[in-house]
Amino acid sequence: MSATAPDETPRVAERPNYLNTGYGVKSWLLTIDHKRIAILYLIGVTFFFAIGGLYAAAIRLELLTPAGDVFQSETYNKLFTTHGVMMVFFFMIPGIPGVLGNFLIPLMIGAKDVAFPRLNLLSWYLYIIGGLLALWATVHGGVDTGWTFYTPYSTVYSNGWVVVTGVGVFISGFSSILTGLNFLVTLHTMRAPGMGWTRMPLFCWSMYATAIIQILGTPVIAITLLLLVAERVFHLGVFDPAQGGDPVLFQHLFWFYSHPAVYIMILPAMGVISELVTAFARKPIFGYKFIAASSVAIATLSFLVWGHHMFVSGQSVYAGLVFSILSFMVGVPSAIKVFNWTATLYKGSVSYQTPLLYAIGFIGLFTFGGLTGLMLAALGLDIHVHDTYFIVAHFHYIMVGGTIMAYLGGLHYWWPKISGRLYPEYWSRVSAWVIFIGFNLTFFPQFIVGYLGMPRRYHAYPEEFQVLNVMSTAGASILGIGYVIPLVYFAWSMRYGKRAADNPWGATGLEWETPSPPPTENFAVTPTVTGRPYDYLTGREEAAAG
Amino acid sequence: MPFVPPQASSFAPHVDALYGFMIAVTAFFSILIGTLVVVFAIKYHRKSPDEVATEIHESAVLEIAWTIIPVGIVLVMFYWGAQVYFRITRPPADAIEIYVTGKQWMWKIQHADGHREMNELHVPVDRPIRLTMASEDVIHSFFVPAFRFKRDVVPGRFSTAWFEATEPGKYHLFCAEFCGTRHSGMIGWVYVMTPPEYQAWLSGGVAGESLAAAGAKRFVEHACNTCHGDQPGARGPSLNGIFGKPVRLQGGGTVLVDEAYIRDSIVNPHGKLVEGYPPIMPTFQGLISEEGLLQLTAYIKSLSPAAAPGAVTPMPAAAAAERKPAKP
Repeated sequence: MSATAPDETPRVAERPNYLNTGYGVKSWLLTIDHKRIAILYLIGVTFFFAIGGLYAAAIRLELLTPAGDVFQSETYNKLFTTHGVMMVFFFMIPGIPGVLGNFLIPLMIGAKDVAFPRLNLLSWYLYIIGGLLALWATVHGGVDTGWTFYTPYSTVYSNGWVVVTGVGVFISGFSSILTGLNFLVTLHTMRAPGMGWTRMPLFCWSMYATAIIQILGTPVIAITLLLLVAERVFHLGVFDPAQGGDPVLFQHLFWFYSHPAVYIMILPAMGVISELVTAFARKPIFGYKFIAASSVAIATLSFLVWGHHMFVSGQSVYAGLVFSILSFMVGVPSAIKVFNWTATLYKGSVSYQTPLLYAIGFIGLFTFGGLTGLMLAALGLDIHVHDTYFIVAHFHYIMVGGTIMAYLGGLHYWWPKISGRLYPEYWSRVSAWVIFIGFNLTFFPQFIVGYLGMPRRYHAYPEEFQVLNVMSTAGASILGIGYVIPLVYFAWSMRYGKRAADNPWGATGLEWETPSPPPTENFAVTPTVTGRPYDYLTGREEAAAG
Repeated sequence: MPFVPPQASSFAPHVDALYGFMIAVTAFFSILIGTLVVVFAIKYHRKSPDEVATEIHESAVLEIAWTIIPVGIVLVMFYWGAQVYFRITRPPADAIEIYVTGKQWMWKIQHADGHREMNELHVPVDRPIRLTMASEDVIHSFFVPAFRFKRDVVPGRFSTAWFEATEPGKYHLFCAEFCGTRHSGMIGWVYVMTPPEYQAWLSGGVAGESLAAAGAKRFVEHACNTCHGDQPGARGPSLNGIFGKPVRLQGGGTVLVDEAYIRDSIVNPHGKLVEGYPPIMPTFQGLISEEGLLQLTAYIKSLSPAAAPGAVTPMPAAAAAERKPAKP
């Protein structure tokens, strides 16, 4: 960090922007500006990510030794449950849509705000209320069911605060539905003149596909959680075999949402990567229509694969076959995206700035995570690795190696726009490398220990698995440091960072045509779109001519 | 350090072969993509700040190629995975029957001849073993990594599965489905024994009554015999020789009499009523333990000696008399 004194550009000369329109608490908590709501989400998801991360650290500490010696079994079970609930429902699902989606969608399509700004603020409150309620339940009361709440353990046998946690997740589900609805309507009705569907940035396409899943899938988890609560409180009997119910039915209902929810987490990340790759190769995205269509294909197929979570639960062999082939098929549009991103770099003008480092990390880790996902779609192989650390490794490659890499890459790329400041380039590159190395050291050994047979959610484990677990814990320590570095320099840059130009990367896209940080109304004049997106050549010619 | 667990069942080589193929595909594409990304990033590194890239928008040929090729590859994977799966899901007819009850947090094993074990399972090598499993509380999952074998044990139903061990030895038995506080303590050992060792183990105990005999006792205890006896005009259907055969149901349709149907008929007798009999049988839900249900099922199966797969040859009485009592 070269500069240690505040940037002395006089404040009086500062253009009016969304950050300096008001400084009071009320100006933030009652804002209906999508950009300020994005900042509120940034605070929320960072908080829940930190909580989830602390719980992960406790889990890795316990698994350093084979014996369950740091925590009691019951405590350990509460740790991984809280880690899962916080990370899945209050970080991964609202993360990119809440922060980057909120900030960028109106800017990218040349709109002044989202379609329903008040609803947008309500989404944030529902998210925070749900999140804090679930946090209180899992920390104060404790829940030991795992984030999957499988019956009849969760309904009859668990002593934890399942109901309160379920209500917390239920409430935040409405946040997800309202955000999806808001984005869908915004993208349909508020695009700038000239921005047809095929001129829309790919991040918007992926958010569109995400919104479809949020609107269609989330009500199902809401119903499932209500049934769970009714079963636990009123002994309804839907999932209770003693009353003629079926515990596996819960799994079907749960995964009918929760598998598509995986795509709520990864589709926005894919959208971010499409933007980063094209900006840092300074080249139109390769296969625009195929990337856009593959987002919609993923959203559609995502609803048809839930049964691959029940390959060993006794579902019929033929149902297994259908879910297996459909699960394989959802891999194809993901592969199409990876190939197109790679092709975009070909003959590009590639600049290795931090966001691209994250994007390249994403492509590598997502490719590997996706391919290991095919192993889980293969019926005969899934029987062995189901419910082992192999699964844990696979979904962390997608969620942490994929989504978090993309989220951080996006945060770096748009940080100058969001904050009006630049972050220190040296430290940001260091953090990208530390995270990449720490991540692989944490999760690669888990593939091996999983195939060797170590089941997930084990407080104590046989001694022969220790070496791999020690590697994993060592990696997690590095990963933790990697996450703290950006937290420090982002906070630092808000006050001490160099002021950012309106378009520091020389990127295309309407969000770069407005000042950094943007004014409250985003654009002084509503822009008109005259060409396809990512048009670097024409833009340059015009600049040269003008 | 090994990268795969010991291969100790007939499935293991097949699962590992598929795993090897998929690792090869994963490695190939990961290295391909990784190399291309790094090579492009270096080769096309931006030389001057205002450099502009070549405009290339798309190529239909490439898009079709990298759609068709992945589809082809995943179809091969699907077919291969399904083949292995069919091998795992189809039990051979001559399997030895073993009954498993999972409860928080232990595995209780009952052998057909009455031998009982706790968190230990002794099986002979090179003989198919068929497990009929029940849970007394939550969902458990019977997992033996060395066999590449896993099956959820769901309360309210029997879960059946089979394996054939191929290497004598001692292997981990895990519960793979999270089942509560001491989930990671719900572990045990599977001992695969050579035939002489197995015979010695079988005969090395004090007498216990066979599972079918225990079931026969319960059959009388719960007064099942008053209606399901063989006397003419009985109120319930005779159970002799029905196992493995279809029966006609009230209101049309037929059902195959298997373990699941026998269990259903005890706990929910009016669900699938045999044609020609009135719905008068009371439910025994909650009145008979899961172990009792397994014993009754074993008894009813023994009434159809020809159909019951893998009925174990009864042990010589003298040998049976020496068997030691079950472990606590």
